[in-house]
Amino acid sequence: MINRGSETDPRDKMTSQPEPPRGILARSGRYLTEKLGRTNELDGNSAEALVARRIALTVGEGEELGPIARTLRFTRRWPVLSSIILVFMVTMAIFAPLITSNHPEKSNLIHRNYPPMFQDAAEDAEQIAKGRPEANYLMGTDQLGRDLWSRLAYGARVSLTVAAISLISGILIGTAMGLVAGWYGGLVDEFITRFVDVWLGLPFILVALVIAVVLGTSLLTVFILLALLAWTPFVRQVRAEVLSLKNREYVLSAKVAGSSTTRILLRHLLPGVMNTIIVIATFRIGQLILVEAFLSFLGAGIPPPTPAWGGMISDGRGYLRDAWWISMFPGAAIFLTVASMSFFGDWLRDRLDPKLRQVD
Amino acid sequence: MAKFILRRFLTSFLALIASTVVVFIISRGISDPAVLLLPQEGYGMDPVEFEKLKDELHLNDTVPVQYWFWVSGIAQGDWGIDFATRQPIAPKLKEKWWPTAQLALSAFIVATVIGIPLGILSAVKRGTYMDLGGRSFAMLGQSLPTFWLGIVGIFIFSVSLGWLPSGTMQEGGFFLNKNLVMPTIVLAWLPMAGYLRLVRSAMLEVLDSEYIKLARAKGVSRQSVIWKHGFRNAILAPLTFAGVLLAGLITGSVAVETIFAWPGIARWAVEAVFSNNLTVLGAVTLVFTFAFIAANFVVDILYAFVDPRLRLT
Repeated sequence: MINRGSETDPRDKMTSQPEPPRGILARSGRYLTEKLGRTNELDGNSAEALVARRIALTVGEGEELGPIARTLRFTRRWPVLSSIILVFMVTMAIFAPLITSNHPEKSNLIHRNYPPMFQDAAEDAEQIAKGRPEANYLMGTDQLGRDLWSRLAYGARVSLTVAAISLISGILIGTAMGLVAGWYGGLVDEFITRFVDVWLGLPFILVALVIAVVLGTSLLTVFILLALLAWTPFVRQVRAEVLSLKNREYVLSAKVAGSSTTRILLRHLLPGVMNTIIVIATFRIGQLILVEAFLSFLGAGIPPPTPAWGGMISDGRGYLRDAWWISMFPGAAIFLTVASMSFFGDWLRDRLDPKLRQVD
Repeated sequence: MAKFILRRFLTSFLALIASTVVVFIISRGISDPAVLLLPQEGYGMDPVEFEKLKDELHLNDTVPVQYWFWVSGIAQGDWGIDFATRQPIAPKLKEKWWPTAQLALSAFIVATVIGIPLGILSAVKRGTYMDLGGRSFAMLGQSLPTFWLGIVGIFIFSVSLGWLPSGTMQEGGFFLNKNLVMPTIVLAWLPMAGYLRLVRSAMLEVLDSEYIKLARAKGVSRQSVIWKHGFRNAILAPLTFAGVLLAGLITGSVAVETIFAWPGIARWAVEAVFSNNLTVLGAVTLVFTFAFIAANFVVDILYAFVDPRLRLT
């Protein structure tokens, strides 16, 4: 609130109140900055927290912090690095045709296993001595002479899309089952929870291999497999949340007012479990990317000519001595994506739903 | 206590039955295994012979009858016939389960022995660089793909440095075997990370409680507070994790055995994929499921021994 001293007018004061922003974008922006941006570092007795509290005491709201301190606080409050990496990966996936110059499936046998661009000049001379025309490949080429950078970018497209679509189907299935189990209880609940227990007891990767053999490998099979993996935690958590929500006053009054069960589930209970779903989803997508990569690595995932990160790692397995880059770059891409996802998920959980700490 | 054990045994048994049904439906119910066996019909095979073979494998019966033959066979130690080699599965299973168990066991020991102390250290030294190191270590374990880690390990320690063999098991060697080192570390990293995170959060919660403050106020020594008051209460949560950990070890062993050419059942299953060998895949899946259910049963009983409150539920 701005205090202009004696010249303030009561009406002025009223209009100077920040008006609640209108529109979905502005509102979600405010939600993000207010709810997510609040700092949680202050609890506990760590040295960090003590220092932060001392600073908060002496500097008030932190308006007078220097630029370095402000940047530090910003990076602690927001997941800067992981967001940058995730945005980079998504951008790479979306603009793959623009940022690459070679087709990811076009092989060029004269340049097979060509070293990456940043290798030293001696390496280039050696290649020329072998009678191969000099070439500039950012990350080198694989065993068929395909541009690794192109394959990485297009592979991001495939891997991220597959993970995202199966995650969404997993969320839909899992949430629906969780809502039903929690709401109806009794035999339905018993059956669903037992089924989830049995499902979690099966070694997923082997079940996936069995299904891949039965259905044959294709993009659709991978979607189905990952959706089969994705749904379980949603059932458990959503069920638990519904159990605690379903006897609240507002749900009872909705019932009394004559709302149908579908309406109560979708309009009154679903928004209440939304935070939980989002948090679990951020943790789950990392695992889905890992499993998809592993399936492709085993040859049961995305079928070969299509670039996929896991399959690329598998391509380079036999060439570790001569061409380490074939396996290393896609592996690093998987690692960076999954690690950023898990950092992002940690941050989101602390902000949205701290009670989920024990999950996973 | 006896009642508790009995009830847990019954639920485990039911889970076992349910899992055989699920595995059977997935491996046989979705499509006809005979079609997979002979992709192109009339591929040099006499139709009469084909029918005879189908009869031999009980493929002409209805699905419930097939299920009955399959399950009763397994109960009697007959795991069926390998589609690809026409050999019975049971003897090969007997020969291949020990390398897998050996690898899993050593990874389990390494994960427990390293993961739990690191978790405690991370909790006790919260906010310091040691904590940061421990957490980064855990984060690496949870986001590095196991199969890639294996490849990187081979690249560094076998190809470049030449310190460790790149794979396969040594004849007759059990523990403290050079061939076991790299597969164990690669396999153990993920469960180790899980242990570390769990022990850390459980320990932090305990160290924050009133009775720890009281113990400190009474003047109990720091070591005693950490180990006697803190650790003994914090260890309960990670104990239940041992069951989940086994699931991670199973997935991991598929990766590790493939990379390091380990002669265990997981690699057998992966090889079976390429020959559409459904019976072998189903058998291995079932073995792992049995192991998982049995381990969870044991952990539950142990847990009830350690924490009397659980015997009531």
